[in-house]
Amino acid sequence: MGFLDIKNATKSYGAVKVLHETDISIEEGEFLVLVGPSGCGKSTLLNMIAGLENITTGDIAIKGRSMNGVRPADRNIAMVFQSYALYPNMNVGQNIVFGLEMHGVPKPERDKAMKEVAELLQIEHLLDRKPGQLSGGQRQRVAMGRALVRDPDVFLFDEPLSNLDAKLRVDMRTEIKKLHQKLKTTIVYVTHDQIEALTLSTRIAVMYGGHVQQLGTPKEIYDNPANMFVAGFMGSPSMNLFPATIAVENGRAVARTKLVGGAEATLPFAEGRGFERHEGRDIVLGLRPEAITDRDGADRNSQSVHVVEAHVEVTEPAGSDTFVVTQMGGKEVTGRFRADVDVQAGQSFPFAINMDKAVVFDPETEARIS
Amino acid sequence: MSSNATATVVRTGAGSRFVIYTLLILFCLYYLLPLYVMVVNSLKPLSEIQAGGMMSLPEEWTVAPWASAWSTAQIGVEATGLKPFFWNSIVMVVPAVAISTVLGALNGYVLTKWRFRGDTIIFGLLLFGCFIPFQMVLIPMARMLGIVGLAGTVPGLIFVHLVYGIGFSTLYFRNYYQQFPTELVRAAMIDGAGFFTIFRRIMLPSSGPIAVVCVIWQFTNIWNDFLFGASFSDFDSQPMTVALNNLVQSSTGVKEYNVHFAGAIMAALPTLLVYIVAGRYFVRGLMAGSVKG
Ligand SMILES: Nc1ncnc2c1ncn2[C@@H]1O[C@H](COP(=O)(O)OP(=O)(O)OP(=O)(O)O)[C@@H](O)[C@H]1O
Ligand SMILES: [Mg+2]
Repeated sequence: MGFLDIKNATKSYGAVKVLHETDISIEEGEFLVLVGPSGCGKSTLLNMIAGLENITTGDIAIKGRSMNGVRPADRNIAMVFQSYALYPNMNVGQNIVFGLEMHGVPKPERDKAMKEVAELLQIEHLLDRKPGQLSGGQRQRVAMGRALVRDPDVFLFDEPLSNLDAKLRVDMRTEIKKLHQKLKTTIVYVTHDQIEALTLSTRIAVMYGGHVQQLGTPKEIYDNPANMFVAGFMGSPSMNLFPATIAVENGRAVARTKLVGGAEATLPFAEGRGFERHEGRDIVLGLRPEAITDRDGADRNSQSVHVVEAHVEVTEPAGSDTFVVTQMGGKEVTGRFRADVDVQAGQSFPFAINMDKAVVFDPETEARIS
Repeated sequence: MSSNATATVVRTGAGSRFVIYTLLILFCLYYLLPLYVMVVNSLKPLSEIQAGGMMSLPEEWTVAPWASAWSTAQIGVEATGLKPFFWNSIVMVVPAVAISTVLGALNGYVLTKWRFRGDTIIFGLLLFGCFIPFQMVLIPMARMLGIVGLAGTVPGLIFVHLVYGIGFSTLYFRNYYQQFPTELVRAAMIDGAGFFTIFRRIMLPSSGPIAVVCVIWQFTNIWNDFLFGASFSDFDSQPMTVALNNLVQSSTGVKEYNVHFAGAIMAALPTLLVYIVAGRYFVRGLMAGSVKG
């Protein structure tokens, strides 16, 4: 049993089931990120943990205590909202300690707690201002301060960075990570940004259509996506997914796929992955862009780098890397080349493909084949 | 808003501007004329009015008609002036406005932030209540007041106005609170605030504009009401409007037009005052939510 246990929880609005049976369990001090496209039910699940939405069936327990029927105020949680939800009529200091006041903490202690939090977040000079007189980033800090001051069992964050500009978002992301490392409080964090999910979390739940598609560590999610949705959603640029067929050559499983111009590429899988038993099966092959690169950029530790001559369609220099687009199995495939490789659109060029990390999906069910 | 306004103003030449202003001034005079007639005639002796000088300024200025209307004029059978009825109206209007505004705010809060099964039906019924013609409820209401023992009293009138007022005040506050971010309420819930604490500490401090709108609306309606006042009050609980009517209708002796004018202005003064004090919030409150920020 974990610190936060979600067991078979569902949520329906009338006849519409927006969250299907969900099981998530995390330990104390973990950083769980709920990630998925808009409308997949992330906020709904977070609000159910907070007690702002009641759960239709199932159970949510914090520290082994079932939260069914427990008021939000009595769950010992704190929440940061997407809009920050600062009380407009109170100044920053009053905003921060409102929760303490409501929980009956005496004034001297409240003032002390306010000072500590303000110092931690470097907002001491803002304490007398009204929320309307703050910038977006400052509001964000105040909202965090309001949560931090409570010293709760679990922090709940609903897309706390999505209203900030790109630069500030990256800075605050780092700060949140630092805060977590310092405070070691359990956090549940909602975002639709997969980079935020990968950088912040110790555990990720990828959601889609009201289902948790996969629950795992960032590495598990990135390296071994459970299905094509997770594979395509996590990672930027996203994983290349293209049709191929499994064949066996010299007792070793290979993936065969069509290149531009009708030539066929044969890509041997790493040994011992056991794909031989799927001989003849049509599959979707998944390869991350960094597994498709120039000959000298290939991973030297890999057991199964295979070089394929392919037609370059587009090159997209991105400073540190150059993304090179070709076609395999009729689908666009992006490779990540070192920036100084001289590769031109329209030419044929050797692509080094690292099959160690290749993943294989069933084209019908979209689930991973192992 | 202001930048919008300037951006959309149609550019006009000096000629057309002259025409527009002339027209506006003429209309303004036209609308102010009755007030002028009332004011000047309330300040002259009766003889001057009888001589036919309705439009002219008083030759002899006097406040006697005002004094008479306030404290000595014949209302019905007694010569009390309008004073006691003015107080009747105040004692009726203030609680009726205050209570209906507070209840409307609470209703609006519940209907937007603590929604429950069937809440839209309840809101629909309240709205429907706003538009039931007064005449239809006269007899059932008289019966009800009789049963609960409030017939012919000021509290009875307060009750009637409350019942009618809640529909409108609820409508105002519900529409206003609809725009109020629900996340604030949720944040307060997590912070540990209860139903009334959220209302008092979070909702009410942001409700100024709509409260002003509601107060002006209720005050004007209740103060100016004649039908309920005439139907549900006894002689000693009559509101100002009914007393004014009695003053004008008193058929003993000559018709003292100057006193009538003074009385009529007195009856209109409080609503005028409310508009002057709070009127600029009225427009602002009606616009609230329509403009972002
Ligand atoms: N009160 C409601 N009644 C009916 N359906 C609702 C209600 N609230 C949310 N939903 C539906 O539940 C689904 C999940 O909503 P939710 O707000 O959890 O999405 P989300 O993953 O947080 O999306 P976003 O990234 O846009 O915030 C959506 O399809 C939404 O339409
Ligand atoms: Mg959401």
